[in-house]
Amino acid sequence: MKILVLMKMVPDIVEELEVAGDGKSLDQEFLRFIVNERDEYALEQALLLKDRLQATVTVVAPEAPEVDDVLFTARAKGADRVIKVVGLPVPSGARATAAALAATLPRIDGVLPADLVVSGCQAIDDLDGFVAPLLAAALDLPYLGLVSRIALDAGAATAVVSKEYAGGVMGRFELTLPALLGIQGCEKPPRYVPIAKVRAAIAAGGIETVAALGESAVAPLEVTAMAKPEAAGHAEMLQGSARDVAEKVADILAARGLL
Amino acid sequence: MAQATVQEMSDLTLDGLLATPAGRALLSCIQCGTCAGTCPYGDVMRYTPRRLIGMLREGFIEEVIAGDDLLTCVTCYDCWAKCPRGLRLTDVLLPLVKEQVLLRLPQVPAELQSALANTMRYGNPMGESPRKRAAWVEGAGVPVPLLRDLARPVEVLWIVECYAAYYPRGQDNARATARILNALGVDFAILGNEEKCAGECARLVGEKGLFDTLREQNLATFAKYEFGSLLTSDPHAFDAFAYVYPALGLNRPVDHTTPFVADRLDALRPRLTRDLGYRVTYHDSCVLGRHNHMHEQPRRLLEALPGVSLVEMAHCRDDTICCGGGGGGMWLDTFYKAKGYPRLSDRRVEEALATGADVLAVSCPYEVPRFEDSLKVLGGDDRMVVRDVMELVAEALAE
Repeated sequence: MKILVLMKMVPDIVEELEVAGDGKSLDQEFLRFIVNERDEYALEQALLLKDRLQATVTVVAPEAPEVDDVLFTARAKGADRVIKVVGLPVPSGARATAAALAATLPRIDGVLPADLVVSGCQAIDDLDGFVAPLLAAALDLPYLGLVSRIALDAGAATAVVSKEYAGGVMGRFELTLPALLGIQGCEKPPRYVPIAKVRAAIAAGGIETVAALGESAVAPLEVTAMAKPEAAGHAEMLQGSARDVAEKVADILAARGLL
Repeated sequence: MAQATVQEMSDLTLDGLLATPAGRALLSCIQCGTCAGTCPYGDVMRYTPRRLIGMLREGFIEEVIAGDDLLTCVTCYDCWAKCPRGLRLTDVLLPLVKEQVLLRLPQVPAELQSALANTMRYGNPMGESPRKRAAWVEGAGVPVPLLRDLARPVEVLWIVECYAAYYPRGQDNARATARILNALGVDFAILGNEEKCAGECARLVGEKGLFDTLREQNLATFAKYEFGSLLTSDPHAFDAFAYVYPALGLNRPVDHTTPFVADRLDALRPRLTRDLGYRVTYHDSCVLGRHNHMHEQPRRLLEALPGVSLVEMAHCRDDTICCGGGGGGMWLDTFYKAKGYPRLSDRRVEEALATGADVLAVSCPYEVPRFEDSLKVLGGDDRMVVRDVMELVAEALAE
């Protein structure tokens, strides 16, 4: 069984993000990048399936600062191949990223077709989680997002997948592979790998580098302005029973001419 | 009495160790069980040092390193101190066994995992920005030079360490220490955001790769500068710099703040004029006390403070009771609680409260949050406070 994991780096908000002098990008001086947390769950899900079903796991990630550490860590955790795609436009936007990946992935030897493609269902720079479903559509794969559990038998053509909904509701779907799944979580948190194993992976090398397709079918996003939100006032906390609060909300809405 | 010693071999694994004469000597344990008897968690630990060594020398390595039992070891140095053969249990054997444990554990307890991952990524277990490592300096009220700004050699490079730099109660310690160093006229500087965790607790919990990475990074930073000696607020960092970093070339004298200031007491004494009026009980830390036998320096310092009287707890000096923070214990409280183990800091604070003292004095930054927490849990926080020795000295210091 072949599993493809798509991972990416996002700005690390441990540092305060600042807008650069050009008024439309992040100041790079102290900016650090960290792996998208949902993608770590996607990798963990893939590795759990590999342990159970003797699958192979390939990780593909766009070039970004500190991505090598993430790829070597994935290798140390058990990924069979780790591939870095260079030349994707930055910033890109969901549509351009999905189009560029859809054009590039088929050109990498042995990556597609995969029985299962997994990626984080969202990221801090893709809160609506567009990239994964757009990519699925471009690759002509069915997509299901917000997946928290995958049950799969060896050699099976179908998987039973749990998807989270609001309000604690869980949906269970049966889907035919191949498919692309947007991972929200998995049955256990991402595993720890001792640094000695990561160092051994770094010493062994093995990150494959692939160039993205030159001309993207979709133009990248053009950012015209970027600014930090300004705090304009404080929040008023409404106290009381549900009925009391509902009445207060109704009063506020009426007072502001919204009802 | 077991003496702390420098570790010569830097690139060792458990198998490698057992192949050396030193390693075979480790297996010459007489199975007396003193280690297990003195271990604070000896009654709940499956593989106490005695049993561990017994298993290893019969070839049952796999059984020992499977499972999470070795995470129960809080590296308190009690077994090391009491072993009649002086075997290097806490500092050499146990970390190497734990390295194998970590490699096999299907799941590392969550809090420990994030502490280790944060230390790797940000140089501190809290996951705070490295750029905020010197933020405490702003409220110090005295000059605290950054070595890179000084652009000259300095007598003392003060490694503040993670808890003293980031944790609010640790920052109280750092600011007090800065006042004392200024009062003594010490020529010192700090690394600020170039400083990273010394990595000793990572090493003691078995994350040797993390320790090696931090050591390389720290030695590269040290190599940029000229300094006479290293000073640190953290006993674990003291151990790392004094006994483990030398294998890769660090050759400067190393001090911890408490004995450093105690050695300069005569110079400080004329300015220690504020009457504190405290009854103080001093907690010997596992590392500064039991491992390094530095029992008298903190007591000499405390006794020199006006209005301070000392009272000893039942377990003191080499018999001190661990706070439970070493060897990863700082980030394993939820793990121990899930197993139903008693909290070691609660045990210690009960003893402190029994002395009737007003102040529990400590000299390790881990102890402050651990003992303050236990005081609240035990309902003793209305009659006792926890203070680092440096805080007490600074309190007695006239402006």
